[in-house]
Amino acid sequence: MKAEKKNTRQKETLIKVLRYIRPYGVLVALTILMAVISVALTLYLPILTGDAVDRIAFIFDPSQVSADMPAIWAGLLAILRKMCIVIVLTALTQWIMNICNNRIVYNVIQDIRRRAFARIEELPLKYLDAHSHGDIVSRVVADVDQFADGLLIGFTQLFTGVITILGTLGFMLSVNVGITVVVVVITPVSLFVASFIARKTFSMFKLQSQTRGEQTALINEMIGNQKVVQSFNRERQTLERFDEINDRLEKCSLRAIFFSSLTNPCTRFVNSLVYTGVGLTGAFAVIRGGLSVGQLTCFLSYANQYTKPFNEISGVITELQNALACAARIFELIEERPQEPDRADAIVLGDVEGSVELKDVSFSYVPDKRLIENLNLQVKPGQRIAIVGPTGCGKTTIINLLMRFYDVDGGSIAVDGRPIRDITRKSLRTSYGMVLQDTWLKRGTIRDNITVGKPDATQEEIVAAAKASHAHSFIKRLPDGYDTVIGEDGGSLSGGQKQLLCITRVMLSLPPMLILDEATSSIDTRTEIRIQKAFAVMMEGRTSFIVAHRLSTIQNADVILVMKDGHIIEQGSHEELLAKNGFYANLYQSQFAIA
Amino acid sequence: MKKLLIYLKDYKKESVLGPLFKLLEASFELFIPLVVASMIDKGIPAGDKGYIWQMCLVMAALGLIGLVCAVTAQYFAAKAAVGFATKLRHGLFAHIQSLSFSQMDKEGTSTLITRMTSDINQVQSGVNLVLRLFLRSPFIVFGAMIMAFTVDVKAALVFVVVIPVLSVIVFGIMLISIPLFKKVQGGLDRVLGITRENLTGVRVIRAFGEEEGEIRKFDQETDALKHMQMVAARISALMNPLTYVVINAGLVALIYVGALRVEAGILSQGQVVALVNYMSQILVELIKLANLIITVTKAVACGNRIQSVFEIPAGMESPEYGSAKEITQTGTVEFDHVCLRYHKGGEQALTDIHFKAHRGETIGVIGGTGSGKSSLVHLIPRFYDVEKGSVKVDGQDVREIPLEVLRGKIGIVMQKAVLFQGTIRENLLWGNENATDEELWEALRTAQAEEFVLQKEKGLDEKIEQEGRNLSGGQKQRLSIARALVKKPEILIMDDSASALDYATDAALRKSIKSMPGKTTVFIVSQRASSLLHADQIIVLDDGEAAGMGTHDELLAGCQVYQEIYYSQFEKKQESGAK
Repeated sequence: MKAEKKNTRQKETLIKVLRYIRPYGVLVALTILMAVISVALTLYLPILTGDAVDRIAFIFDPSQVSADMPAIWAGLLAILRKMCIVIVLTALTQWIMNICNNRIVYNVIQDIRRRAFARIEELPLKYLDAHSHGDIVSRVVADVDQFADGLLIGFTQLFTGVITILGTLGFMLSVNVGITVVVVVITPVSLFVASFIARKTFSMFKLQSQTRGEQTALINEMIGNQKVVQSFNRERQTLERFDEINDRLEKCSLRAIFFSSLTNPCTRFVNSLVYTGVGLTGAFAVIRGGLSVGQLTCFLSYANQYTKPFNEISGVITELQNALACAARIFELIEERPQEPDRADAIVLGDVEGSVELKDVSFSYVPDKRLIENLNLQVKPGQRIAIVGPTGCGKTTIINLLMRFYDVDGGSIAVDGRPIRDITRKSLRTSYGMVLQDTWLKRGTIRDNITVGKPDATQEEIVAAAKASHAHSFIKRLPDGYDTVIGEDGGSLSGGQKQLLCITRVMLSLPPMLILDEATSSIDTRTEIRIQKAFAVMMEGRTSFIVAHRLSTIQNADVILVMKDGHIIEQGSHEELLAKNGFYANLYQSQFAIA
Repeated sequence: MKKLLIYLKDYKKESVLGPLFKLLEASFELFIPLVVASMIDKGIPAGDKGYIWQMCLVMAALGLIGLVCAVTAQYFAAKAAVGFATKLRHGLFAHIQSLSFSQMDKEGTSTLITRMTSDINQVQSGVNLVLRLFLRSPFIVFGAMIMAFTVDVKAALVFVVVIPVLSVIVFGIMLISIPLFKKVQGGLDRVLGITRENLTGVRVIRAFGEEEGEIRKFDQETDALKHMQMVAARISALMNPLTYVVINAGLVALIYVGALRVEAGILSQGQVVALVNYMSQILVELIKLANLIITVTKAVACGNRIQSVFEIPAGMESPEYGSAKEITQTGTVEFDHVCLRYHKGGEQALTDIHFKAHRGETIGVIGGTGSGKSSLVHLIPRFYDVEKGSVKVDGQDVREIPLEVLRGKIGIVMQKAVLFQGTIRENLLWGNENATDEELWEALRTAQAEEFVLQKEKGLDEKIEQEGRNLSGGQKQRLSIARALVKKPEILIMDDSASALDYATDAALRKSIKSMPGKTTVFIVSQRASSLLHADQIIVLDDGEAAGMGTHDELLAGCQVYQEIYYSQFEKKQESGAK
C-alpha cells in the first residue's frame, strides 16, 4: 500500500519533470537520435575488429599462402578505413549528445529555480514565517542541484545504457544464439548481488547519517557559541563529548562504507564469470566450426560492454530516485498556494492623507489560539500612535496587519477610508516607511541599501538622508564611503550601525506614514536622542505607529495604546495614563525606580 | 591538503595494504588477455577441449583471487579513510577551540562549521577513492602497456604513442575545467545568497514593493550561473569523445601493425587479440579515471579549505602553569594605559584606558554604541590582547597567568544569553562541575531565576532545547547569570546582560548581587544609567576613550557625556536631581 502510494507520487513527479523538459523537445529528440547512432556505431566497431582479426588469420594461416595476399591486404585496409570513419562518427555523435544533454539540463533547472524564486516572492508571510528558511534555501539550491545531477546521469547513462543492452543483445543474437544465452543468463546475477548489498547496507547508512546529524548539532552549538565555551574553560569537556560521538561515527561509518563498497568487486567477479563463460562456449563453438576467431573476440568485447551498463544501471536508478525525491521537494514549494492576488479593480493609493481605521479586527496565527479580538482604533492624519505592552501582547502583530503581511480574520482595516483589501499591496506598503526590530541589509554597497525605496535618488539626497539619521559620520569613515560593499546581513557593521542604515533608508523615501518597531533598540540612548529628533522632524504631519519597550521614546505620542494579551487595555496620552494609575503607570514607575 | 596527510600516519599499514591488494587484483586482471590468447593460439587450432577447460578454470580462478584481493583492499581503504577523517575531525575541532576571539570573529562560525562537516566528509570519500582506485587506473594503463611489450615490442610502440596523448587530453581538460567548476560554485553561492536574503528580508522587500526587482536580479544571477555551467560543461563534454577517438585510432594502428608482424611471422593471431584486449582495458580504465579525478579534485579543494583553518595559528600563547607568581592582591583589576586595536590598520577600539578596581567594588561601564564598553570588559578574561599598556588581574599581567587559571577566576555573562541543549542543571554545572544542588539554587535565587525554575515541572532537570528555544529572552539571561554565579568568581562581569529584564527585576538582581557573601568585584556594562547609579566607580566611554570616571554624583557634576546620557533617561526628574 505504502509502496504503491510512493510509486504514484513518483509518477506524478516524473510527469511534472517531463512538463519542464517539454520546451526543449527538439533537443531531446536530437539527443535520443545521437544516442541511438552512437551506440549502434560503438557496437558495430567490435564486429569490424573481429573481421579484421579474421583477415589477419588468413595472413597467418600457412594453408592460405596460395591465396591472393594483395587482395587480403586490400580487404584489411578497407576494413581499417571503415573503422576510422566509424570512430570519428561515434566521437562526433557522442559530443553532440553531451552538449544537448547539458543544454537541456541547465535550462530546465534554471526554469525550475526561477519558478521557485518567483513563487517565494508571492508566498504569504504566513508560510514563510512558519517554515525554516534554511530548508527553503536548500530546496532552491541543493535540491535543484542534486536533481540536475540525477537528470544528467539519467540522460547520459540510463538512456545509452538501455540502448547498449538492447543493441548488444541484438548483435549477439545475430552472430550466435548459444553464447548469447550464456551471457543473458549469467549477467542478471550481478544486478541481484548489487541490490542485495544495497538492501543490507541501508540500515547502516541510516545509522551513519543519524550519528552525523548528532555530531553536526554538537558542532553547531559549541563552535557557534565558542566564546561562552572558552570563558567557562570548557574546551576539554566539549572535546570529550565530541570525541565520544566521533568514535561512534567512526565505527558505524566504517561498517557502512565497507559493506557498501563490496558491490563493485562482487559485480566485477560476476562479470569475469560471464567473460569466462563466453570464452569457454565460444572456444568450443570455434572448434565445432560455428564461429570464427574474429567473432569470438567480438563476443568477448561484447560481454564486457553488455555487463557494464548493468552495473551502472543499478547505481543510476538509485540516483534517479534520489533526483525525483529532490524534484518532489522543489515542486512542493512551487505548488504552494500563493497569497491571494490583488483584486483586478484594486486601487493604487495615491496621495495618502494618513487616516487609519481598525474596525472590529480579530486575528490569530493559529486557528485555536485567539490573539487579537475586536480591536478598534481610529487614527487621524498626522497622529502619533505609540504601542506598548509586555512581550507577546500582539504589538508586532498589529504591524503585520497594517502592512497586510497577514490578512485579518474578521473586521477590516481602512486607510483614508478605503478598506486595504481594495488597495494594491504595493501601493499600500510603499505608503508606509518601516523600520523593524530585525535590521536587514542586503549584499551590496551602502548606497544600494539606502536607495532600496528610491532607486533614482541623487547623491545629495542620499547624503542629506544619512545626515538626518546620523549615519553619515560613520559611513564617511568606511573605506569606500557610500560605495563600501557590505556582506550578507550587514557583514562587519555593528548592530547600531545597521539600524542607522535602515533608518536612513526610510528617511530617503519619506513615505506618508511611518511604522517604527523597536526602531532604536540597539542604539545607545545618546545617539537615540539625536535620532529621535530626526524622527520628530520626519513624523511631522505623518501618521506614525511606534512600538517600543523604552518609555522615554514614546512619551510625546498623541495616543498611547497599552496592549495586553491581544487587547487594548488602556488608551490615552502619557499624562492621562499616568493619572489613571493603571497598568501603564505601573510599567512607567518600574522603569524609573531607583535601586 | 598535503599537511592534512599527517592524520593518515596512524593508518600507514592500511594505506599501504589497501592499494597493494588493489594492485594485486589489477595484475590478475592483466593476465586475462594472455590466457585468452593462448586459448586461441593453442587450444582452438589443436581442438584441445581439455586445454580450453583448463584455461577457463584459470580465468575463473583469477577472477576469484581478484575478488578476495579487492574485498581486502576495500576494507583497508575504508578503515584508513574513516580513521583519517575521525582523527582529522578531532584535530580540527580541537584546533578551532583553541582559536582566539578575534580569529573567530574574522573567520565566522558558519564557514568553520561547514569545514567541520561537509568538507571533511568530502575529503573522507576522496581519500577512500584514492586508496582504492587512484593507483589502480594508472597501474592498469601502464601495466597493459608493459604486458603489450612482453607480447611484441614493435606493436607495443603504438601504446607508447597513445598513452602520452591520452594523458595530455585527460589532464589538459581537467586543468582547464577545474577553475571553471570553481566559478560555477561561486555562481551557485550567489544564487544561494540572494535566495536567503529574500527570505530573511521578506518584510523589507515587500514593504518597499521590490519583489519584481528582486526577481529580475535573481534571473540575472541564474543566467550568469547557467552560462558558467555551459562553458564548463562544453569543455568537459570533449573528454569522452576525444579519448574514444585516440584509443580506437590506437586500435586501428595496432591491427595494422599486427597484421604486418603476423605477415612477417613474428606474431600469432591470438597475440594480436591479446594486444587488442589490452587496448580496450585501457579505455575502460580511463573512463573510470576521469570520473575519479572529478571527485578527487573536489576533495582536494575541500582539503585545502580545511588546511587553511589549520594554518590559523592557535589562539594566544598561554604561559605554563607554575609560572604564576604568588598572588598578593586578590580580586583587583587594573588597566594600565591600555590601547586596543582589533585589526592591524583598523581604528583603535580603546585608547589609553587607565583605572584600578579594588576587591569587592562595583564598577559601572556606560557609553554609546560602539564606544568600546564590551571591548573593555573582554580584556579582563583576555579574550583579546592589548595593543599597548597592560591589564592586570590580582596584580599580575594577564599575559603571565595561564588562561585556564585566569578565566577560572572570572565569571562573565555575555550580551547574548547562550544556553546549551541539556537540562537546566547541566547548563548551570558549566560554572562548576562539583556544585551541589544547594549551591545551584542559591545561584538561581541571586539571579532572580529561582521562581520560574521552581515553576518548571521538572525543576533543575527541565530540558532546555537547542539555543534555549523554549525559554523567553529574560529567562535565558537570568539562567546565564546564574551559571556565572555558580562559579563563585572573584570577578563577575555582566556585559549588558540584563537588557531583556524589566526594570524591577533588574533592580532586584543588582541588589542581590551586591549582598552576595564574599567580596566579589563586579563589572556592570549597561546603557541604563539607573543600573549604575550606585556603582563605586563609573567609567564613561566615548569613542573608545574614557570621557569620565568617578561616582554618579561626581560625574553628574562634571562629565558632560554622562550628563547627556543621564538626562536622556531621566528627563522628568531633571530639576529634582534624583539621588
